[in-house]
Amino acid sequence: MPVLHSAPKFASNEGVIDALSAALGSMLVSAREEHGEVVLTVARDQVENALRLLRDNHEYQQLMEMAGVDYPSRAERFEVVYMLLSVTKNHRLMVKVNAAENTPVPTVTTIWPNAGWLEREVFDMYGVIFAGNPDLRRILTDYGFEGHPFRKDFPLTGYQELRYSEEDKRVVYEPVKLAQDFRSFDFMSPWEGAEYVLPGDEKAEGDKA
Amino acid sequence: MSMQLEQSPTTGDEIITNYTINFGPQHPAAHGVLRMVMELDGEVIERIDPHVGLLHRGTEKLIENKTYLQALPYFDRLDYCSPLGMEHSYVLAIEKLLNLEVPLRAQYLRVLFAELTRICNHMLNMGSHVMDVGAMTPNLWLFEIREDCLNFFERASGARMHSAWFRPGGVHQDVPLKLLTDIADWLDTRLPTLFEDAMSLVVDNRIFKQRNVDIALVSREDALAWGFSGPMIRAAGIPWDIRKSQPYDVYDRMDFEIPVGTNSDCYDRFMVRVEEVRQSARIMKQCLAEMPEGPIMTADRKVGPPKRGEMKSSMESLIHHFKLYTEGFHVPAGEVYVATESPKGEFGVYLVSDGSNKPYRCKIRPTAFSHLQAMDFMSKGHMLPDATAILGAIDVVFGECDR
Repeated sequence: MPVLHSAPKFASNEGVIDALSAALGSMLVSAREEHGEVVLTVARDQVENALRLLRDNHEYQQLMEMAGVDYPSRAERFEVVYMLLSVTKNHRLMVKVNAAENTPVPTVTTIWPNAGWLEREVFDMYGVIFAGNPDLRRILTDYGFEGHPFRKDFPLTGYQELRYSEEDKRVVYEPVKLAQDFRSFDFMSPWEGAEYVLPGDEKAEGDKA
Repeated sequence: MSMQLEQSPTTGDEIITNYTINFGPQHPAAHGVLRMVMELDGEVIERIDPHVGLLHRGTEKLIENKTYLQALPYFDRLDYCSPLGMEHSYVLAIEKLLNLEVPLRAQYLRVLFAELTRICNHMLNMGSHVMDVGAMTPNLWLFEIREDCLNFFERASGARMHSAWFRPGGVHQDVPLKLLTDIADWLDTRLPTLFEDAMSLVVDNRIFKQRNVDIALVSREDALAWGFSGPMIRAAGIPWDIRKSQPYDVYDRMDFEIPVGTNSDCYDRFMVRVEEVRQSARIMKQCLAEMPEGPIMTADRKVGPPKRGEMKSSMESLIHHFKLYTEGFHVPAGEVYVATESPKGEFGVYLVSDGSNKPYRCKIRPTAFSHLQAMDFMSKGHMLPDATAILGAIDVVFGECDR
């Protein structure tokens, strides 16, 4: 497919997957190229070795970002994505590992010091544990916060709200009370296979019987 | 700033215990709500533990519950000092997933206003950096330029700060010719006069140099390892600019230079920004000279809304309009990480789509997160007042850092 968009153009992905697959060997689980991005999935217990290899032998000097993603339907529901950047080869790479709530991911703070906060954020938001991170505290949520807010089963409105209480002269925490429910619209058209019974549909079913 | 003794020293005891002080959460030099727990030995910083997240609003979670277009204005509110720089990454990420072609005029307009945003952002940062280390006047003078920039934003989009003007497929509205000629006049007359005037007070100023030269030295290796980007990595002597090395929109047609530092201290970071303002003005002039006439929004009606006039006579346009502003457009499944050179550094958007009309996951890579994390090692061994200079040179904005 020809490239029509005007998003940042980095060096060509040609041959990158072959070269890195050969280098990573058994550490690699799968590799693919999609939308112009190379995505490598590596084995969870080997992620530190794999990323060290990519940094030392393949010039991916910078860890720009780490992202957690939640797929509740999977057996190992979380994905941790490492965005690597090579300033010499002018190339970007995504490296992924899968994880569950109770399977720790080895830390990469030993390779990049800035992984410390990035791992703390994934831990805070998703509850993925990073084995070996020396300072795995919460980072963005409130002091004393409970739960992991970016999980798909965490409600958008949360559980607690806070206000300043004039009587107590301090901020108090209370369960969320909403005057109006959060409105979530369903845009799935009934012609495209909606999976619920529309009002009136039951009459058609009744006729057949 | 509250102060407490960690251990109460006994009378006559000559051992000086370390102080632990709380810098912030409300401090004029913290550029927002930042709490830094500092351990001091006298006036020398031993350790800094920045506590971020006081401005955390769960933007990424909110975006998962909005359509692609509805999520756009959240980006203005991340780094509220350079709103269009944030939008740029997001719209490019969507366009990359859609593989959507953007009309040339829209690309020029985006680059023009992205550079205006850079000037606008640097005016605030340089002004407050100078003020943090003790000078009042340059800040006021630089705000005059910033005010001009905000007026231009208002004339283009209707809003001074939260423009929501870059849209997937182009820009929201075309700009009037008078605005472009006014920007051209401004670039030729007011900007250089006001800017060089203000800089003449600062760049050779002895006090400013004493407060910034040789403060927070960062080696090239450290800059790479700590994930620096933008002016921070360029001040360390690495000529890395995404506009140049991974050009997006029409940056590959632009002729500009990347300033780099030699000493990698706070002064270099400041001077890199000073030169970036001049280079941005150069890019803007080229945009104005080369900008073609033509559409400013993609003709793909499944993404770009139809014109008002068409809707009055065409049923199809009316349906398109209705569908776009209720259901929104669907984005093919997949994931991309798109990073652009925002005024503060690499601003990235990791967008995961499941093929529906809402992003499945939208991870925002803030520039300040990695820089602020390095605060501890950059400040070690420096004096307490240097912390404000280091913070000023990082250019943090907490709307973006905390998301």
